[in-house]
Amino acid sequence: MTTLDDSNKEKIRSVSVDLNNDASLLIDIPDALCERDKVKFTVHTKTTLSSFQKPEFSVPRQHEDFIWLHDTLVETEDYAGLIIPPAPPKPDFEGPREKMHKLGEGEATMTKEEYTKMKQELEAEYLAVFKKTVQVHEIFLQRLSSHPILNKDRNFQIFLEYDQDLSVRRKNAKEMFGGFFKNMVKSADEVLISGVKEVDDFFEQEKTFLLDYYSKIKDSTAKAEKMTRSHKNIADDYIRISSLMYQQKITRILIYTHIVVTMSFVSLQKVEGRVASDQELKLTELLRYYMRDIQAAKDLLYRRARALADYENSNKALDKARLKSKDIPQAEEHQQQCLQKFDKLSESGKKELTSFKGRRVVAFRKNLIEMAELEIKHAKVRSSIQLYYICFIMCTNELQYAWGICKILCEQI
Amino acid sequence: MFVLLCFQSGPASLTTEDLSTNANGPKQASLFDDDPDDLFAEATEEVSLDSPDRDVLLSDGPSPAITPMTPPTSVITPRIGHAHDDMFTHSSFDEFCCVLWLNVVFLVPGDGMNAYMAYKVTTKTSMSLFKLREFSVRRRFSDFLGLHSKLASKYLHIGYIVPPAPEKSIVGMTKVKVGKEDQSSNEFVEKRRSALERYLMRTVKHPILLKDPDVLQFLESSELPRAVSTQALSSAGLLRMVNKAADAVNKMTIKMNESDAWFEEKQQHFENLDVQLRKLHASVESLVLHRKELSMNMASFAKSAAMLGNSEDHTALSRALSQLAEVEEKIDQLQQDQANADFYFLSELLGDYVRLITAVKGVFDQRMKTWQKWQDSQMMLQKKREAEAKLQFNNKPDKLQQAKDEIKELEMKVQQGERDFEQISKTIRKEVGRFEKERVKDFKSTVIQYLETLLQTQQQMIKYWEAFLPEAKAIS
Repeated sequence: MTTLDDSNKEKIRSVSVDLNNDASLLIDIPDALCERDKVKFTVHTKTTLSSFQKPEFSVPRQHEDFIWLHDTLVETEDYAGLIIPPAPPKPDFEGPREKMHKLGEGEATMTKEEYTKMKQELEAEYLAVFKKTVQVHEIFLQRLSSHPILNKDRNFQIFLEYDQDLSVRRKNAKEMFGGFFKNMVKSADEVLISGVKEVDDFFEQEKTFLLDYYSKIKDSTAKAEKMTRSHKNIADDYIRISSLMYQQKITRILIYTHIVVTMSFVSLQKVEGRVASDQELKLTELLRYYMRDIQAAKDLLYRRARALADYENSNKALDKARLKSKDIPQAEEHQQQCLQKFDKLSESGKKELTSFKGRRVVAFRKNLIEMAELEIKHAKVRSSIQLYYICFIMCTNELQYAWGICKILCEQI
Repeated sequence: MFVLLCFQSGPASLTTEDLSTNANGPKQASLFDDDPDDLFAEATEEVSLDSPDRDVLLSDGPSPAITPMTPPTSVITPRIGHAHDDMFTHSSFDEFCCVLWLNVVFLVPGDGMNAYMAYKVTTKTSMSLFKLREFSVRRRFSDFLGLHSKLASKYLHIGYIVPPAPEKSIVGMTKVKVGKEDQSSNEFVEKRRSALERYLMRTVKHPILLKDPDVLQFLESSELPRAVSTQALSSAGLLRMVNKAADAVNKMTIKMNESDAWFEEKQQHFENLDVQLRKLHASVESLVLHRKELSMNMASFAKSAAMLGNSEDHTALSRALSQLAEVEEKIDQLQQDQANADFYFLSELLGDYVRLITAVKGVFDQRMKTWQKWQDSQMMLQKKREAEAKLQFNNKPDKLQQAKDEIKELEMKVQQGERDFEQISKTIRKEVGRFEKERVKDFKSTVIQYLETLLQTQQQMIKYWEAFLPEAKAIS
């Protein structure tokens, strides 16, 4: 059973901002259990709202339950004008699992030290993936709880409160099929929608911006992930090198100097590994999260565009009806409904998109600052390590002389 | 007369001064097996701690601004054996130093495969062995190979560790000859230049080899007869291959009674070292590859981030993203340079030592061969003595005289064989001692230089990120 204490959670809650501030509904995931492929989250709620039966309670939930909640919200007509927070991605333990496999295979050829170190690395990586998945699930719920309209959703309440297994509800085939069908139609619509003339400048701009930005951020996310993987590879190489150097006294200058060189490699490796995971958290996660969020914003635009198309169609239908002098009142009513729906979507859409932009800028700022600060910290740590070892190696032969150099070099940092 | 070792990586680089040549110091003596009559022991240079050059070094300000390393065609490879000028003139020895370096000159044009790369070998010395103090000659790759094969034939069988020459690479050289002016050919040329330089330096650092007339001729004379027998596909090349195979077979059949524990231990030691160095070399090569990958990935991320910045409609954020792209691009360049350092400092050094250890093992094999020769003559002598006894018994006076002559000859041969064996054993002990000292110094200085490059990279990274931070904070 892997648990996260509060200090850890503070550190990892990095991607979104201004969540969980409203004391009337506080949600967190204090616990998670990992069994083979399945992760069981413990969703803990603290509330002052009377709509809930108890002021504080916890329920176990699986990843599929989160997806069910998300899909239900997406398909709710009333929420068509809102940006539905993106669903958390499925927990992906593929990376650590592959590494574990490699470790098992290569055990025969590795030294004991190397094996132990790689095992530690593996455990750390596993823990990192675990923490990440808890974080994204938590943020999903917190986005919902801080949204004035969504936090009143009935299904959301059920999700938080219902102490039985939700799988019965999930397996409702009709719902699933309906959702699937809607998704299919939507993508067909995408082609259609781009043909609809936009009446509002704001939305025209937003559409252009979001479409472009989405493709760029998707690309950046992929490239950032590649960078992180390279960093991890380098860290692994340092592990291997340091364990080989430990085995043999390659630098048999003085007995302890080879240990010194080994240690320098080991510490370099630790820092490299940490850089990889910190970078992962700050930059890659940031990009990944907002890529999904922008997709959600795009979805809003498409829903609105579809409403616009519906409205235009209803206009056409009304004209036809007037021409044929048949079913005019129905056509008029239909047209009115479409117009209302469209206006409602536009109004709420504008609000949502504006606050989305603000949220995005703030999150980027926070993460970029933190990332830069971490990079500086790591580089400083690395250089002081290297400096220390350079001086140490030299000191071993001429204490007096090397001390002078040590002083000069240390002044640089 | 010993060659002073000063490793210098660049201008005013304080840290790589290796003044640890006082090998007679109490700390080190206990670690190395110095014979009481080790000729080399007193030949090491002792620099007193009060020499004026030390003050020069100490009074220097902090290291100068970091110069990021440039691509392979320029001067980043480790200079083994470059004298610091002050050391040169202030030394307390009169003739001691022979320093050289190699520059690539140009591709001498010829039709197709006849074109070749000419290397300019510059020597700077104060030794009276040489006619001039500073001189240059032009040499081609086969000249180096020719030098090595001459030295090997003269010195290997008496137990001297002759540094191996760099390996041929038909593929690499063909690309260059064909005139491909691209990154990989440049890298190949630089790699070869650096390898040849290290090879020559190791050769002249050996006090016996330095004095060899072939070496002197190689360094000094403007014209050198072409070493034709070094061509891979020549008859000499084939002969070499056959000999190598024969040697390998012999090695398996010789069963030497090792009476000397030192030799047994040392051979085991070198076997282990060989295995471990190869593994380490492989790991370092992997590191070089991964760092190159990282650099590529960073470059592509930088481009992507720049495009993202352009897309961004919030001005300050857009600027910050563009800045991020720039930082990542600069760091990518740093990583590339670091990869080069990884390669030239660590990987090539390890590769050199893998080959050197093979040469050391070869010397041990020579000793075995010498022993075998001695044993063979002893056996022959034994047989002849038995034959003589028989002749005496059968009373054949004329044949008897012949037999006695042959026996006298063989007795001398046996004595010579024993002397040879003892001599080679003695030489090997000295050589191994020298080799170990050299190895330690070499590794130590290279590791320091490598750590220095890492340090420089880190400090530069700090500068870049610190410049970026205010941009990130400026997002409102």
